Amino acid sequence: MNCDEFAELVTAYLDDALDDSSRPLFLDHMARCSGCTGYYGQFTSTITALGELPAPGLSPQTRSHLLTAFREASSEKPE
Amino acid sequence: MSEGVVRLGGVTDFPPDPVIVAGLRSGDEEVFALLLDEWSRGMLRLARSYVSTAASAEEVVQDTWLAVIRAVGTFEGRSSLRTWVYRILVNTARRRGERESRTIPVSSVGGERPDGVPPERAEGGPEGAALAGEVRELIDKAVGTLPSRQRAVITLRDMEGYGSDEVCEILSISPANQRVLLHRARAAVRDHLAAYYDGKGGP
Ligand SMILES: [Zn+2]
Repeated sequence: MNCDEFAELVTAYLDDALDDSSRPLFLDHMARCSGCTGYYGQFTSTITALGELPAPGLSPQTRSHLLTAFREASSEKPE
Repeated sequence: MSEGVVRLGGVTDFPPDPVIVAGLRSGDEEVFALLLDEWSRGMLRLARSYVSTAASAEEVVQDTWLAVIRAVGTFEGRSSLRTWVYRILVNTARRRGERESRTIPVSSVGGERPDGVPPERAEGGPEGAALAGEVRELIDKAVGTLPSRQRAVITLRDMEGYGSDEVCEILSISPANQRVLLHRARAAVRDHLAAYYDGKGGP
């Protein structure tokens, strides 16, 4: 396995989707190649950072508009 | 009003689908508010993969919830409620995105690379919050340049933390395709961050 092949398989490895023949080659390459070990570290750090991004919510206006729409729709339904 | 539902829910235990669906159908506003507050953030992010502005994404999310209110009576439970809601969102956002791409010149929709280099404080700046803010900015920029299919997958998998099965169902793609899109997206974001990481001597 060369470095390009290694880089292509990182997501498959993390999803535990490598087949039985590729997995040992992947791990063996990482053990021997400091460049790919660094790449792997940056790749997983990126994933962690993506999970820590703050997410803005709905504006209060939209939220209250939707709650009103829900209330109105419910009151229109025959019980 | 079924206060029981909310007590059941708490912070960690989200009520199971049948409880939620029954609450929505019977007009339980607390149940609807719980869903709104739990899912809208992720929906806004996902919508942003397909449309050009945050305001547009907010309208997509609003239209999606209105459709959910109208259609919850027809929900059959073949998928999870969340998947069903997200699928409505994706359809709504895609249609709107296509409309936008016909009316707005592509070059004005972002997607072009920022021509500046990363902010000055690449090294030697205050640690902690400031650096995190810098990474956040770089990631936002990187994610903003991704094609919408890649952006949708990385949003659901890495930003929202959904499993690959649910992502495939929401986006109607195969597991193999999902993995390719996710990998390309992650690699592109990593590339944007590479200079930052290298400047710091590693992750
Ligand atoms: Zn290597």
